[in-house]
Amino acid sequence: MAELKLNRIEMPKQDPLTRAKNFLEVALGYSGEEALAEASRCIQCPRRSCVSGCPVNVDIPEFIKALREGDMPAAARVLKNKNKLSGICGRVCPQETQCEQTCVLAKRGAPIAIGRLERYVADWASRQEKKEMPQKLPPTGKKVAIVGAGPAGLTCAADLAVAGHEVTIFEALHVPGGVLMYGIPEFRLPKVIVQDEVDYIKALGVELKLDWVVGNTIGVDELLSGGYDAIFLGTGAGLPMFLKLPGENFCGIYSANEFLTRINLMHAGQPGYDTPIPMGSHVAVIGGGNVAMDAARCALRAGADRVSIVYRRTKAEAPARAEEMENAYEEGIDFRGLTNPIRFIANARGWVAAMECIEMELGEVDAKGRRKPIPKPDSNFIMDVDTVVIALGTTPNPLVPSSTPGLSTNPDGTVIIDKEGRTTKRGVWAGGDAATGAATVISAMGAGRTAATSMDNYLNAPGPWPDFPD
Amino acid sequence: MVSSVGSTTAKLAALEAGDSLAHFVGPLGRPAETGLFGNVACVAIGYGMATIAPLATELKESGNRIFSIVSAPTREELILPERLESVSDRFIMTTSDGSAGATGWVIEPLKELIATEKIDRIITIGSLCMMKLVSSVSRNIKTMVSLNPIMVDGTGMCGACRVSVAGKTKFACVDGPEFDARDVDWDLLMARRCSYPVDVACGDSAYRCMSCAQW
Repeated sequence: MAELKLNRIEMPKQDPLTRAKNFLEVALGYSGEEALAEASRCIQCPRRSCVSGCPVNVDIPEFIKALREGDMPAAARVLKNKNKLSGICGRVCPQETQCEQTCVLAKRGAPIAIGRLERYVADWASRQEKKEMPQKLPPTGKKVAIVGAGPAGLTCAADLAVAGHEVTIFEALHVPGGVLMYGIPEFRLPKVIVQDEVDYIKALGVELKLDWVVGNTIGVDELLSGGYDAIFLGTGAGLPMFLKLPGENFCGIYSANEFLTRINLMHAGQPGYDTPIPMGSHVAVIGGGNVAMDAARCALRAGADRVSIVYRRTKAEAPARAEEMENAYEEGIDFRGLTNPIRFIANARGWVAAMECIEMELGEVDAKGRRKPIPKPDSNFIMDVDTVVIALGTTPNPLVPSSTPGLSTNPDGTVIIDKEGRTTKRGVWAGGDAATGAATVISAMGAGRTAATSMDNYLNAPGPWPDFPD
Repeated sequence: MVSSVGSTTAKLAALEAGDSLAHFVGPLGRPAETGLFGNVACVAIGYGMATIAPLATELKESGNRIFSIVSAPTREELILPERLESVSDRFIMTTSDGSAGATGWVIEPLKELIATEKIDRIITIGSLCMMKLVSSVSRNIKTMVSLNPIMVDGTGMCGACRVSVAGKTKFACVDGPEFDARDVDWDLLMARRCSYPVDVACGDSAYRCMSCAQW
């Protein structure tokens, strides 16, 4: 038996000091040799535990085998079969808590770098002139409306188009992609990759209607009475949470959604655009998740002198991906753990000038298994800041539920669904962040796929609709 | 109607008949409150004159008596005055230079109106400074203002347009634009509205409102 190779092949990255000044992709991707070397570490174990770790059950051993044998078209086919958005997932999936966590090699050494291999294969496929298209089933004559062109909606749309249904996506913004466009920055997910995937879905025959705010421009009931046989709500979790602290509405304090949208879609960090963010000398980003890391790294690239992550727990509890935190610190982002703001202080023109903070310490383990941060008495101090980004998370946008009679939500605003993605309203499905609260791209795609299967069954043979307990 | 005051509106104003916009979205937010209120004062300046006209028309058709007060720096800058006048039971027009109507602004005529007529509701659309001043003279008359903080997406996603209303943070894009003037934290709103340099948000001269500490 061949000897196990326990160390993974590292992926080249831009130098930290160079990349902190540009918006180009940080991770550069494997070369052919590197990809082959990494793929050759896979022992093709019969347990296939990586597959069960993947929310959409990509046939990981098969695509790695094809890659190893040099059959790139087959590798791409295996990937695309379960995951239409593999170029995106290879970059932003938290593989370390999914497929790579369950890899058998993880018991002895480093798991196979499945994400990096996925990225390599997807990027190869996108460079080919002739794209392989799946065989579409004959037209069914049924019409489907998808609300939201984010990961859940795009996946659901692709599956239903392949199944022969006529699919229209209604997107509120002027670009398709949802959080992949407005949220995740260019240096982590180049926008050309997102648009490539969108083009693929359009090539499947999906119609894309931009600038349609469902709930305002048109209602769900209007869509149902206007000839759509089924509707999928993939409206995401777009509503930013604020701290509810005194002074939070001073100028210079942004939600992460606003800050990232201004950078990603309005080019606030680049010269020559009309909508800059006046970037101060000290930017504080409140929060410890991936979005906080993204905002902090954007602030640096947009010209801030100093950027601090302010988080009430420690690095060990921060929910951001380890790799992204490491990238951020390499670039010079400062981490202020065990620190919580309690109020904001403004200058005479209403701009934030400082933040009063309190030091925290970790107490008992809470219901979620994390140690609860508690304020240290008399530890208040003032931190000078001139830009603040609040990255505490998001909740579902209430626009569609509040304008749709019969569509029930949980107290946290998430749309109530059953295991097939069916909502309390007949003919309407939901999935992704709109139904779960803020989660990952891949789980949204999984939900889009689950709903698509259920919708396809319903469209081909409309059956009874489930009852939901009150 | 487009009033050319900043860089985006200048680009819009430069379009020719037959040109198209790549993207346009709306209507957004909640509709203005309508119904039978009695005597309604409609106070508007600048682009607010265009915005208030359809609302005044609806209120007139609902049986209200409409008292309109409008103002502009010059006669040329009055936007469609005849449209608002046609649905008004009384129409009071002023200009800063006296080129149309009396010389003056909207606040003095409003004070006089409140003193002489029983006004049941005031609706005002225009600059923040004007709406703030209207709400300061309207005393106990219910006054509705149409807020225009800086917005980004218009769908409740970013919170750029947040305003403090009755002590709670509201998003003008989805919860508004119409709010009860008495509940609005004006100082905060004005600081946020004017957070960009003059030339970006307001043009260099057109909407420098009187009595505003920002200028």
